[in-house]
Amino acid sequence: MAGQDSAGQDSAVLRDALGVGVAVGLSGFAFGVTAAGSGLSVLQICALSLLVFTGASQFALVGAIAAGGNPLTAAAGAFFLGVRNAFYGLRLSQLLALPRALRPLAAHWVIDETTAVALAQPNRRAARLGFTVTGLTLYVLWNLTTFLGAAGAEAIGDTRAWGLNAASPAVFLALLAPMLRSTTERVTAGLAVVLGLGFLPVLPAGVPVLVAALAAPAVLWLKGRRIGDRERTKGEDR
Amino acid sequence: MTIWIAIAATAVGCYLVKLAGLLVPAGALERPLVQRLAVLLPVALLAALTAQQTFSAGQSLVLDARGAGLLAAALALVLRAPFLVVVGAAVAVTAGVRALGG
Repeated sequence: MAGQDSAGQDSAVLRDALGVGVAVGLSGFAFGVTAAGSGLSVLQICALSLLVFTGASQFALVGAIAAGGNPLTAAAGAFFLGVRNAFYGLRLSQLLALPRALRPLAAHWVIDETTAVALAQPNRRAARLGFTVTGLTLYVLWNLTTFLGAAGAEAIGDTRAWGLNAASPAVFLALLAPMLRSTTERVTAGLAVVLGLGFLPVLPAGVPVLVAALAAPAVLWLKGRRIGDRERTKGEDR
Repeated sequence: MTIWIAIAATAVGCYLVKLAGLLVPAGALERPLVQRLAVLLPVALLAALTAQQTFSAGQSLVLDARGAGLLAAALALVLRAPFLVVVGAAVAVTAGVRALGG
């Protein structure tokens, strides 16, 4: 019975993992095409997918390079976007309890999708399976489709005529949408949009998005102050 | 050359933060303020990037076919469509509007 249960559980995990892996892996094609349109070589584009392997950072870097930004400013934006993976890693290290020797290898696969699938599983065994299958599927497909997109971009011609320049913002929006759970997140997003667009015409390329990132500490600070005020007027603990 | 510098810096930086999460002792990043900042930072970055890549051309603000594409993506998200459909809707609608002269 236990064997049957875990077999059923395994196939459910595999279905989840493969579904996420295939869907996101295919958007690697959009990345390859977008990056080629930004003037990167096929080798540079494939190096990004192989070595960076966190989609939002890759799209951000390529966008900043296309806008003519300084390479280190461009890398800074991509890096800050990747910082969330550290917090995914923190939750995963407790959940997966990986041997120390495996961690440098597993680290490369610590991204939105592998974390989402692993966290959704009922136990450690299923979480490990989900993490591994999602990671492997995504890594193989993301790199394969990146190459196809980058190499095929010339045949496609004007990427804008095909609407492919809308792929990158749509990917960002799809990652953002599930994060907008409460007012705090929505206010942060709104403020970041205003800062990001407002400073775009006046600051060097790549810098406005870093200014927009300040919306996060700004909103936390304002929230902290409001809670502090309320506590003071009520004179009681929260 | 400068592009390779950007690629190398991004690759090293992104790998090290991933690894840090797996290696750092659990207590270190568990402070409530750090946790809340970690949740909000990607929200701010993704929102700004979405807006910039939809409404800008170089350093000027523009409204073109991508705006319609993003609207389609937002609609698909509200309808709980899978990731690929969301991106596909944005691409198809942008291409359609552009073909119509938008």
